[in-house]
Amino acid sequence: MFYRESGQFKSSYAADSAIFTIAQDRVFIAALLALSFVAVPGLASDYLLSGILIPFLILSLAALGLNILTGYAGQLSLGSAAFMAVGAFATYNFMVRLPGMPLLLALLLGGLCAALVGVAFGLPSLRIKGFYLAVATLAAQFFIEWVFTKFGWFSNYSSSGVISAPAMQIFGYPIDTPASKYLLTLSIVAFMALAAKNMARASIGRAWMAVRDMDVAAEVIGIPMLRTKLLAFAISSFYCGVAGALYAFVLLGTVDAQAFDLHRSFQILFMIIIGGVGSILGSFLGAAFIVLLPICLNLIGQVFHGAISTQFLANLEMMLFGGLIIFFLIVEPHGLARLWQITKEKLRVWPFPH
Amino acid sequence: MEWQFFLEVLVGGLLAGVMYSLVALGFVLIYKASGVFNFAQGAMVLFAALSFVSIQDMGVPFWLALLLTLVLMVLLGVGIERVVLRPLVNQPPITLFMATIGLSFFLEGLAQMVWGTNVHGLELGIADEPFDVGGVFISKFDLFAAAVCGTLVATLALFFSKTKLGRALRAVADDHQAAMSVGIPLKHIWAIVWGVAGFVALVAGLLWGSRLGVQFALTLVVLKALPVLILGGFTSIPGAIVGGLIIGAGEKLAEVYLGPFLSGGIENWFPYMLALLFLLVRPEGLFGEKHIERV
Amino acid sequence: MTQHRKIGDVILQAEAISLSFGGVKALSNISLEVREHEILSIIGPNGAGKSSMLNVINGVYHPQQGHVVYRGKARDRMHPHEAARQGIARTFQNIALFKGMSVLDNIMTGRNLKMRANFIQQALYWGRAQREENTQRAYVEKIIDFLEIQHIRKTPVGRLPYGLQKRVELARALAAEPTMLLLDEPMAGMNVEEKQDMCRFVLDVNDEFGTTIVLIEHDMGVVMDISDRIIVLDYGKKIGDGTPDEIRVNPDVIAAYLGGSH
Repeated sequence: MFYRESGQFKSSYAADSAIFTIAQDRVFIAALLALSFVAVPGLASDYLLSGILIPFLILSLAALGLNILTGYAGQLSLGSAAFMAVGAFATYNFMVRLPGMPLLLALLLGGLCAALVGVAFGLPSLRIKGFYLAVATLAAQFFIEWVFTKFGWFSNYSSSGVISAPAMQIFGYPIDTPASKYLLTLSIVAFMALAAKNMARASIGRAWMAVRDMDVAAEVIGIPMLRTKLLAFAISSFYCGVAGALYAFVLLGTVDAQAFDLHRSFQILFMIIIGGVGSILGSFLGAAFIVLLPICLNLIGQVFHGAISTQFLANLEMMLFGGLIIFFLIVEPHGLARLWQITKEKLRVWPFPH
Repeated sequence: MEWQFFLEVLVGGLLAGVMYSLVALGFVLIYKASGVFNFAQGAMVLFAALSFVSIQDMGVPFWLALLLTLVLMVLLGVGIERVVLRPLVNQPPITLFMATIGLSFFLEGLAQMVWGTNVHGLELGIADEPFDVGGVFISKFDLFAAAVCGTLVATLALFFSKTKLGRALRAVADDHQAAMSVGIPLKHIWAIVWGVAGFVALVAGLLWGSRLGVQFALTLVVLKALPVLILGGFTSIPGAIVGGLIIGAGEKLAEVYLGPFLSGGIENWFPYMLALLFLLVRPEGLFGEKHIERV
Repeated sequence: MTQHRKIGDVILQAEAISLSFGGVKALSNISLEVREHEILSIIGPNGAGKSSMLNVINGVYHPQQGHVVYRGKARDRMHPHEAARQGIARTFQNIALFKGMSVLDNIMTGRNLKMRANFIQQALYWGRAQREENTQRAYVEKIIDFLEIQHIRKTPVGRLPYGLQKRVELARALAAEPTMLLLDEPMAGMNVEEKQDMCRFVLDVNDEFGTTIVLIEHDMGVVMDISDRIIVLDYGKKIGDGTPDEIRVNPDVIAAYLGGSH
């Protein structure tokens, strides 16, 4: 009854192509932003911030990156974690080797390095498609993991290839408490999510979807395949790269290349399948789901403490993820985002559906 | 004896490649018949091997355990077809591929939940010791594996060309609709194919299991088989064999002659790079059919 | 007879085109000319090489021999998107819409060539990017009005009936403001009413925008009615080229269509 758009008329094309065309949506998102920027840092416990919200936000960003490439441009990648690794190691090197480098600039440059590597590994996409390409992205996954493990230069010759976060600060404010780390992550993720949404609704987003849906027709209508696909690889890898850097420095503090293994790539792929392929909102929903599921399983494990082994829970978790992937692909290929959309449609006509 | 060493590495690589072909074979079978790129083949290998050793550990004799596992794998294959793939029929191939990734996770979890996570040894009674052929040392086990693989391929080739069922399978692979219209029951055929793929997974699981020990890492053999498939083409059994040989030999030679310059450990990515370079020249693989896009 | 007066010079020449796939010859030694502002129909039995000819014209296929001269410039290998940039748009025999997008977004892709904002401007949705979205949307709305599809603009194309999908595909091609429009069986599978609508649109496009139209169609009634000139292909060879009246009495064409000479 409250979620109703009657009486809201659009009188310009700009209003019709706005992100949130319904007033209630705009109010909701404003409230959500106010809550997460103002209330959460003050009220949330350190565990909630560092254990749930920060990983959720960072993984959402990585999922956004993969969604741009796979969901919008239709190029399946199994190497997202590798591009995260490039972002993490590049940012680290910029900060360690160039003293006085501002954090945000280092993140930006790290993301750009990931974008460059993404373009290099995206080049085969011009000749090969589908799972041939997916397998090709595995080459990126293994090769990049190997480079960072084998060559000490990238980790500044630290022992066993581990990189540790240098002291971080922004405009003089130190980033050392969970609340400050959370705010930094939230700001970056909110900004980049908005940018992704903007691209998705502008000409570049339409070009990606056109290439995804019918590549020959896209070329015939004048969309250059080379540039469109490579731009998708570049921007996707940029997002993954920034997410990787945040993952390394803001979340973990110390990492080695193994933190960005094939398993992580699959984890991010699962997020977009469960959350919604080709949906910005879906990237967040999927990340939330994947972060929360193990935590919930652990809680259940604690309830039956002793009776259920951690081994059992680990296997159960694998089975659940695998089963859910299959379930969503069969039942709702557009994931949680579509379920949310359907709920909203229902709400719009509630309580008189006819 | 530089050339002798080279020969030894080459032969070792070729024989290791046969092991890759064995896993790739399961992929090709399923892909040919149903157009599904089955990422879960590795998990099926683990499942087969783990089931076999666990049944054997209960005191069941070798051949009976083999039979029981075979039944289990065929049931599993049929079940997968029924529960996962039939509801996804007519979906884009990439969706099916992602579903098999999910399946892979599910099977890994299931296998370990049922049979436990301990590493089991698997003894087939073939010693992994080298013997001398004109100054070149060859592993007995590798030769045995190659022989098993050869027998398997020959059996499959006979099955496909000589039996009625085999011809039906080939018809399905060529054109699902046409096959259905001449009265070939598609659902049964797919169930059979998945059953056969389960059998191939069992053979691969036994050989790989006795080489590496039966453990979680067995699922990773799938990652060895992927470049083989790219090289050989997804639809060709000879392609899977030749691709396996090239990848096996290339990997070992690169490890020995290139590895020292790159501080080693290149076996994870080298086959992929090799396959990738190859793809850029010939996108349809060695034996794959060239695809003409009609608009 | 207003149409005949406005027909201009030759803008596209295909010279001695031969194309084969593996061992199969799709086109052998075909030459043809397209004049500005005309409606040219290509007819022939199934497998005659009609679609292949369109694919050669807009760069989807590259012929093994011969070349295409467009507006005085010869070209050898070119990407379809370059042909689009030169003003050649087309529709497909089997509808090639972007299934995951709405009607509006599908048609908007036709305007992509006109948009200049880079991806950073688009990411910020600021300045040029936003202005462009609105001006191009206004143009697309004109096409939507012209083809009478206002009521379905926000519908995902996959949900539309066949006839409307064909119309949306035409809208997408028109959105690119083409000088030459290639239509591959635009009326196949339509009922009489839908065919009449489509004929009207084709004639209107030709008339109002002066668009040159190359058309493949099986319905002889339609072809004879709307074409300025007709080219007949059979087994990859050209067997007729002329006005509808000439084609009607061409002995080779009659033989091919009645199955006499083969």
